[in-house]
Amino acid sequence: MASPQNFASKLTALVVDDHKIYQKVHQKMLNNFGVKSHVVENGKEAVDIHWHGKKFDLILMDMDMPIMNGIEATKELRAMGVCSTIVGVTSRSTEEEILKFMEAGLDDYQEKPLTIPKLTSILHKIINSNPI
Amino acid sequence: MNRLLSFLFHRGVLDEQFLQLQQLQDETSPNFVSEVVNIYFHESEKLLRNLRALLMERELMDYKKMGIDLNQLMGSSSSIGAKRVTNVCVAFRVATEQNNRVGCFRALEMLEHEYCYLKNKLHELFQIEQQRDLAAGVRYPVQN
Repeated sequence: MASPQNFASKLTALVVDDHKIYQKVHQKMLNNFGVKSHVVENGKEAVDIHWHGKKFDLILMDMDMPIMNGIEATKELRAMGVCSTIVGVTSRSTEEEILKFMEAGLDDYQEKPLTIPKLTSILHKIINSNPI
Repeated sequence: MNRLLSFLFHRGVLDEQFLQLQQLQDETSPNFVSEVVNIYFHESEKLLRNLRALLMERELMDYKKMGIDLNQLMGSSSSIGAKRVTNVCVAFRVATEQNNRVGCFRALEMLEHEYCYLKNKLHELFQIEQQRDLAAGVRYPVQN
């Protein structure tokens, strides 16, 4: 049986979150799957890193962040033509906020904290939609 | 699972999110759980100080700012599986939404109490695990 680290080791991910604990936990989860990950603290840094030419298969986007929140960042990334899978993650939202976040251009939305089974499912979807 | 951890689960102090942190710990990050929990302690103490300072304001209380700090604390607490602390944050947030000064004071006291209890128990848990690891090292010394 292939080890968990094998199946996603060709993927790259960007963790966009101002919360140190979630940065650490989400990055560790991704690393355990062999996914190469990068962390930024807000939506503006996420947009800037893409302007510098970086690309990622997966972006885990928090909603509430200073400087530029997840909704604005997602809209900007989509307007730039970024086609990565963007999964919104947030700890508390009303239905209205979730809808607004989805309409900004998310592929999926998950409540924090992200769990290993949820992340497994997200990574499988990315691999299955882009077979190598 | 050791007895203390089992007790903390049974009492609702911790939930399965703490187990998830433990699952992430491995040879490449042998102190992952304690590193995450130490970040949590550092952030929470700052937020608790902010909340107390906001409640002590004699003039207009900034319930909105309290709500923001509480959301942060709720997020951190749920991220490490601190279930009882998270639940008290929820009750506290309701009091801020109602602009209920007395309710906020009561909630803050409960929050500080739950946080101290959690911190002491987690320190105890890490000490037990450290002693167990040391004992394992003595019993099964690495052979060069």
